[in-house]
Amino acid sequence: MSIDKDTAARVAKLARIKVEEDALPALAQEFNTILGFIEQLNEVDVEGVEPMTSVTPMRLKRREDVVTDGNQQDKILSNAPDAREGFFAVPKVVE
Amino acid sequence: MSDLNKLGLAEARDKLRAGDVTSVELTQACLGAIESAGALNAFVHNTPELAIEQAKAADLRIQSGDAPDMCGLPLGIKDLFCTKGVPSQAASGILNGFVPEYESTVTQNLFDAGSVMLGKLNMDEFAMGSSNETSVYGNAINPWRRGNEDTALTPGGSSGGSAAAVSADLCLAATGTDTGGSIRQPAAFVGITGIKPTYGRCSRWGVVAFASSLDQAGPMTKNVRDAAIMLETMCSHDPKDSTSVDLPVPNFEAMLTDDIRGKKIGIPKEYHMDGMPAEIDALWAEGREMLKAAGAELVDISLPHTKYALPAYYVIAPAEASSNLARYDGVRYGQRATLAQGDGITEMYEKTRAQGFGHEVQRRVMIGTYVLSAGFYDAYYNRARKVRALIKKDFEDVFAAGIDAILTPATPSAAFGLGEMSDADPVKMYLNDVFTVTVNLAGLPGIAVPTGVDSQGLPLSLQLIGRPWEEGDLLNTAYALEQSAGFVAKPGKWW
Repeated sequence: MSIDKDTAARVAKLARIKVEEDALPALAQEFNTILGFIEQLNEVDVEGVEPMTSVTPMRLKRREDVVTDGNQQDKILSNAPDAREGFFAVPKVVE
Repeated sequence: MSDLNKLGLAEARDKLRAGDVTSVELTQACLGAIESAGALNAFVHNTPELAIEQAKAADLRIQSGDAPDMCGLPLGIKDLFCTKGVPSQAASGILNGFVPEYESTVTQNLFDAGSVMLGKLNMDEFAMGSSNETSVYGNAINPWRRGNEDTALTPGGSSGGSAAAVSADLCLAATGTDTGGSIRQPAAFVGITGIKPTYGRCSRWGVVAFASSLDQAGPMTKNVRDAAIMLETMCSHDPKDSTSVDLPVPNFEAMLTDDIRGKKIGIPKEYHMDGMPAEIDALWAEGREMLKAAGAELVDISLPHTKYALPAYYVIAPAEASSNLARYDGVRYGQRATLAQGDGITEMYEKTRAQGFGHEVQRRVMIGTYVLSAGFYDAYYNRARKVRALIKKDFEDVFAAGIDAILTPATPSAAFGLGEMSDADPVKMYLNDVFTVTVNLAGLPGIAVPTGVDSQGLPLSLQLIGRPWEEGDLLNTAYALEQSAGFVAKPGKWW
């Protein structure tokens, strides 16, 4: 499988990373090198093997569905690049 | 007393108990060493005032007579750990200015035990790298040099700052994290001890996430005894990490008996790599002889899926990273790109992430995005998870056959020069983790122990891999290996 410039652009878009047009061919080439390495996995017979979901055979713990934390708006906003009136501020989303 | 920064944890603990030194004296010695070691670029955020304050409190606690082992011992903390009120940015530009409002569980455990934080340590950006060359802070430098050369060498990665700092005696020990070898490979490159415990032993809460199913914290120390002491304090059951195990944490130090008679040590034939340097082969052979002489039984074993570990890792780790790093969007924390007139929210995300993430992180996020995208999920991600299950089964089979631990080389080479890999394709750099990555995929404990030097005087290490949750037994085998090897070399001070 080979990744072309258009696929590289689509992946960059999906990842929400701006990649300049002239950087796309080199990026596609890097993807192909890495994916070429990954292709080795096709040699393995995985028939009937369950994909691993948890490396330790444990059930995730459950707890009561109750509020355990909260009331710290100022702390949550303290690292925001733009916070106003108790909210995170972002560029206009709806017209 | 001079050179207090050169002490290990156990020695310093004993001197504190005996009243020979104070934590403030130890801490000042380390702060002095850090100040004159700017050339190593190991510490990237210094916290001297906090350190002295913690040291004074530790001294009072020690005087009162009931202080835990780690009390008063000055440590370096990898920048991946969130530390309350202290910049924590995973060596990434996207977290410029981020100051956590909370403390990671591992650092909280250390502070609860009275440990002192000297500052934050350099690393590869988001722990993605094997040479500490992807850091926004610039390269950390290995205190070791080849013979009489002055070529700057890598301390390894991603915990490169931790490795450099411990090796150069800037701190008594440091925290590291290991997703594919990021504790063991840098420990090997600087001649110190590094252990990655079983997945679930150390809470991941408050540790900036790279690949959640693989990430584990662990200590990087001057010897095996120190690793045992510090690991015990770092481990805990934590309800805030759903994968944290609810098992008692043993007194690992008490398990260091140096008696490994009758232990079965597996020697996996698949770790004999083509083109492996003769020095690494010889080191491995010496290690086998040392364990045999100590009374262990060597058993040839096979881990047939070993060769597929790296390719599986380079699907699973980027996939998880692409998901974990989706949170860096320029909204809630970190740095937002300057926007042009008319830019909307999508441009904000795209510009912020293009400016904030370095090249290697961008590449891995995009690879992860690709292997998880519609149409490729089964071919790549699910297949890699199946191969991962087979890799884990390889280990389960040999442990079921009675193997207690597995001996392998830690790295395929000694530390290489900074920049030497920059022209190589990314896969060549990934090969650094060839002996360590299987351990993360199988969730097992693994430890790197320095056992020799190469022809240029650089340290070389062996790795021991243990059964799940049996870090105590693994540490004891490592202790026996350490006692036999008698590795005492230190880098000559040039910085």
